[in-house]
Amino acid sequence: MSTATLTPKGPSTLRGARLPKWSPYAIAAGSIALAVGIGLAGGLHSRVQWGLIAAILYVVGTYAIAAAVEGKRQAKDRIATSFVWVAFLLAVVPLASLIWSTVVRGVKVLDVYFLTHSMGVVADTEPGGGIYHAILGTLEQVGLATVIAAPIGVLTAIYLVEYGRGNLSKAITFFVDVMTGIPSIVAGLFILSLMLMFDMQPFGFAGSLALAILMMPVVVRSTEEMLKLVPNELREASLALGVPKWRTILKVVLPTSIGGITTGIMLSIARITGETAPVLLLVWGNAFINANPFEGAQASLPLYIYQQYANSAGSGAAYDRAWAASLTLIAFVMLLNLVARGIARWKAPKTGR
Amino acid sequence: MAKRIDVSGLTAYYGSHKAIEDISMTVEPRSVTAFIGPSGCGKSTFLRTLNRMHEVTSGGRVEGKVLLDDEDLYGTGIDPVSVRREVGMVFQRPNPFPTMSIFDNVAAGLRLNGNYKKSELADIVERSLKGANLWNEVKDRLNKPGSGLSGGQQQRLCIARAIAVEPNVLLMDEPCSALDPISTLAIEDLIGELKERFTIVIVTHNMQQAARVSDRTAFFNLAAVGQPGKLIEIDDTERIFSNPSVQATEDYISGRFG
Amino acid sequence: MGTPTQITDAPPPAPQPAVDKRAVRGATRPGDRIFLGLSRGSGILLLVIMAAIAVFLTYRASLAISKDQGNFLTTFQWDTNLVPPNFGIAVLAFGTVVSSIVAMVIAVPVAVAIALFLTHYAPRRLRGPIAYVIDLLAAVPSIVYGLWGALVLVPHMNGLFGWLNDYLGWTGIFSWEGGAPRSMLTVGILLAIMILPIITNVSREVFRQVPQMHEEAALALGATRWEVIRMAVIPFGRSGVISASMLGLGRALGETMAVATVLSPTFDIQASLLDPGGGTFAQNIASKFGEATEFGRDALIASGLVLFVITLLVNGAARAIIARRKEYSGANA
Repeated sequence: MSTATLTPKGPSTLRGARLPKWSPYAIAAGSIALAVGIGLAGGLHSRVQWGLIAAILYVVGTYAIAAAVEGKRQAKDRIATSFVWVAFLLAVVPLASLIWSTVVRGVKVLDVYFLTHSMGVVADTEPGGGIYHAILGTLEQVGLATVIAAPIGVLTAIYLVEYGRGNLSKAITFFVDVMTGIPSIVAGLFILSLMLMFDMQPFGFAGSLALAILMMPVVVRSTEEMLKLVPNELREASLALGVPKWRTILKVVLPTSIGGITTGIMLSIARITGETAPVLLLVWGNAFINANPFEGAQASLPLYIYQQYANSAGSGAAYDRAWAASLTLIAFVMLLNLVARGIARWKAPKTGR
Repeated sequence: MAKRIDVSGLTAYYGSHKAIEDISMTVEPRSVTAFIGPSGCGKSTFLRTLNRMHEVTSGGRVEGKVLLDDEDLYGTGIDPVSVRREVGMVFQRPNPFPTMSIFDNVAAGLRLNGNYKKSELADIVERSLKGANLWNEVKDRLNKPGSGLSGGQQQRLCIARAIAVEPNVLLMDEPCSALDPISTLAIEDLIGELKERFTIVIVTHNMQQAARVSDRTAFFNLAAVGQPGKLIEIDDTERIFSNPSVQATEDYISGRFG
Repeated sequence: MGTPTQITDAPPPAPQPAVDKRAVRGATRPGDRIFLGLSRGSGILLLVIMAAIAVFLTYRASLAISKDQGNFLTTFQWDTNLVPPNFGIAVLAFGTVVSSIVAMVIAVPVAVAIALFLTHYAPRRLRGPIAYVIDLLAAVPSIVYGLWGALVLVPHMNGLFGWLNDYLGWTGIFSWEGGAPRSMLTVGILLAIMILPIITNVSREVFRQVPQMHEEAALALGATRWEVIRMAVIPFGRSGVISASMLGLGRALGETMAVATVLSPTFDIQASLLDPGGGTFAQNIASKFGEATEFGRDALIASGLVLFVITLLVNGAARAIIARRKEYSGANA
């Protein structure tokens, strides 16, 4: 490498040997071909292995060829580039596989009957049955959790942004951060410890309470961000007209940021809809329809997936139901995400871009 | 060491927007050439085409030729990384690497370009800091972070970093606009010394500065906002400031414009 | 809403409402007083909930631990139905730490690479859609990851496990006796996929904040793209990446369903990452809960309390790093 210091500076220093532009594609094609060859010759069945071998060959091949033609620095640059691309593709593979298997296996039993019937007396290993009871349970539990968590979360955020100063707001800010990190099962255990005190049996609302604990900090954080985006000029303009502060907040600040707040609440709903662990501890699950969240065990969609998987004893029918329920759950969560983003875009403050 | 720059028919774009159009000029080695002109006239853009930094910004694209001693910077097979090693640059705001010490900042470019022995590296760092008139102020704290220096010192640190790799050309993009008058004076003195070894091109908003430091001055202007900037004229600094050949130049210099 | 809603500067980190102090303190009007009371009450309620979580978990845990015949921290058993009961968290702590380490070792480099891909490598047109794909990964519920992991990922691991055993089996940690690949390594891989989005998203934000001028300084010295990243981007973003990783770690430590579906648990410690067995705090709670007596539940709550404390420490450290970083970059701006 010390040649770099000794080379006399001639006009040629600008003209480094470069690989042609198509070389990454050529190396990629070569390494895939080689990997397939190795896979066939070595009798490796898993396509995933073929892909991994191709990725390794690609990175190594790029480095070797670039180092030989362009020099070490360029080779390092190219290896970094190829590593970054490979990492990205690595992340796409599981996502694609997950969505592919959920859709392909989920549509098998997903029909109107499945959505409108409960498991009832259908045994876990038998085909038939549906998820109506689970959808109903999830909607009730999540709905109740939202009714509790959304107002508390929004009001707390209002306190932090509009009134907060001093130690109380610092403490709240800190513990909201701490709360975001609580594992969902710990929230479940907390409610469980209360239930043990009062000797209560599992019921839907207990799950709602745990979900509300998980939801609150998320709502506080996102609402806070949105309220901070409201320019102070708006508040001052309203206060200067003699409008009381609480009316200023209700009539000026909240309407300005309502789109973002709604988005935040919907995203947090999407998050808690998929929570299984607290529901497992507190709501138990139920093969029958129980529309009363305040008494008796209820079903829930994520819990249904888990129980179909865990109690199936390897039965294909139960797995099919688990996949179909997963597809329903993902569809619901994605729909919430899409609508939330739509609202965010539609109500977003107009930026000059 | 210092090389001549020959630009012909150079046009630069940001996406579909044409920023500068059809610029041709020659920059003599071992001289200081100043670019002046109103805001948005493309002088900084033009400067950044001289070491292929323009294409780093999104949508940045260049047509035309820039010859560095007969070699076209935009020719086929030219490596932009090597170009930037030969044509150094000092930016408007001092930008030492915040996580590196003063020593490491100056050595940063050298470490990219080869393996140096420790003693060699120390020699070059000392020479470069002396070259940037900064050695006496920092020799006792070479291991302290560069961000602890004053603005003027930081800018001289950046100059030391740029000259440490012994480039052929040194481009300066309004190097004093963020500095106080005393630091500005120090940099101007430094430019006077550096032109013994380097070809220097400096963009400045300050016409007195152009008059003080440069041998030749180029005036850029644009017909209207949104129109591409153009080179109006380039001539000896004395002539530009006393008796320019174009009316627009005289208007700008005497303050009747912009 | 036609009034200026355009914001150029990020709002200051500490909320600084521009209101006159009388409106804050005075609250002379009933409306103001009620509204302030409501919002402050909500904030205080949050604090009360946090305190209640700590108090109740500790109380129930103490009920169980006081009767524990073994050492709660070092016992390798979980026999809560024995008289007297004998249980401890050693196996769970080991499994939780091991699976999280595996997840971090895989997820952090890949997430940092994806974040760099999004900020520095991907063609500009692709950046938005790719970031969206990463967000999708984050939105998938963990039980679906668990189902996918158990039914799709696990069968695919056989090949990898065989290969690891052939070439790295001599190290001990990669030896495989041929059991179903429902082991800590599979759990770690699944957890890595699950925490990838959060690490990627936080790192991407940090890399995006690297001042353009530092990158240009490196470019102007003749640095290649990778050298620019090494000189200007990574040093600037290091603390951000660390805190992002710790947020991911917090997730991995507390993940329940994905572990419960994939792992085939045993209450002992496996030397090899490939042999099935072991357990984590959260998984153990979910698996043992169904058949547990009231005392057994208290014991599970005790293990949950340990998990709670660990995640608090990890998340607190991550937040502290982020907060310090804000001050640091603010002072230097």
